Amino acid sequence: MTTAAAALERVTQVPGVRGSLLISGTDGLVVAERLMDGIDGRAVAALAASLVQRLGRATTGAGMRAPTFVHLRGDSGSVLAAPGGDDLVLVAVVEPNGNLGLARIEMLDAVGRLS
Amino acid sequence: MRALEPWVAAPLETFIAESSARLILLMTTSGQVIAQHGFSRSLEVMTAAALGAAIVASTEEIARLTGTSRFGAVIHGGNRQSCMLAAFGTPRGRWIGLVVFGTETSVGIVQLFFDRMVEELVSAAPREQPPPPLLAENFENELNTSLKELFGR
Repeated sequence: MTTAAAALERVTQVPGVRGSLLISGTDGLVVAERLMDGIDGRAVAALAASLVQRLGRATTGAGMRAPTFVHLRGDSGSVLAAPGGDDLVLVAVVEPNGNLGLARIEMLDAVGRLS
Repeated sequence: MRALEPWVAAPLETFIAESSARLILLMTTSGQVIAQHGFSRSLEVMTAAALGAAIVASTEEIARLTGTSRFGAVIHGGNRQSCMLAAFGTPRGRWIGLVVFGTETSVGIVQLFFDRMVEELVSAAPREQPPPPLLAENFENELNTSLKELFGR
């Protein structure tokens, strides 16, 4: 199993995580994915990359460092994103009652191993 | 944004708004322009349409030679601007989209909303017979007429 596949495996094992993806931060394209049926990985990758990029510009513009973790919460779940090295971003789609804290820890750990 | 056929306008406007594309050209596989956004001169449109149609024809021939199905899209990545060229089927025949975009967006976003635009175009297209292929003797007149309509002069 590759490092990327192992990282996705660990994140998707967290209760409530419906899928995870490793994406290219600049292009918004999927590098690797592990998703449940019904999740459009291509759309998640494109939109999450755009979100991380724009937040990075906003925080840099405000004189702060780029975010190390992004949590976008909605009525039907959350999208978590952890930017890493080599322009990669680890993204997870989580149900409303998912274990967000554990997902965050696993994602930051996984991104650290990927860099 | 200008379109020769009114039902093309809404899907194209949505695509432009969502993707932040700088330039877009919709054309038939023979290079006849359907709609454009961002071009300021008719000469640029004529050149881009001819080159785009030629590139798609070349890639489809390469796909045929290598025994693969048609390529989905051709993307030329650049430092400041990138270009995507993709052919797709509509009830009005096979069309080509040429999109130029900058670093304010990404290839993933452009592809995502381009595919959505194609879906909207396919469902919005009038279900009548596609226009007959252009004859060589009519081509120049047709081209000049469509460019006048697209540039409003």
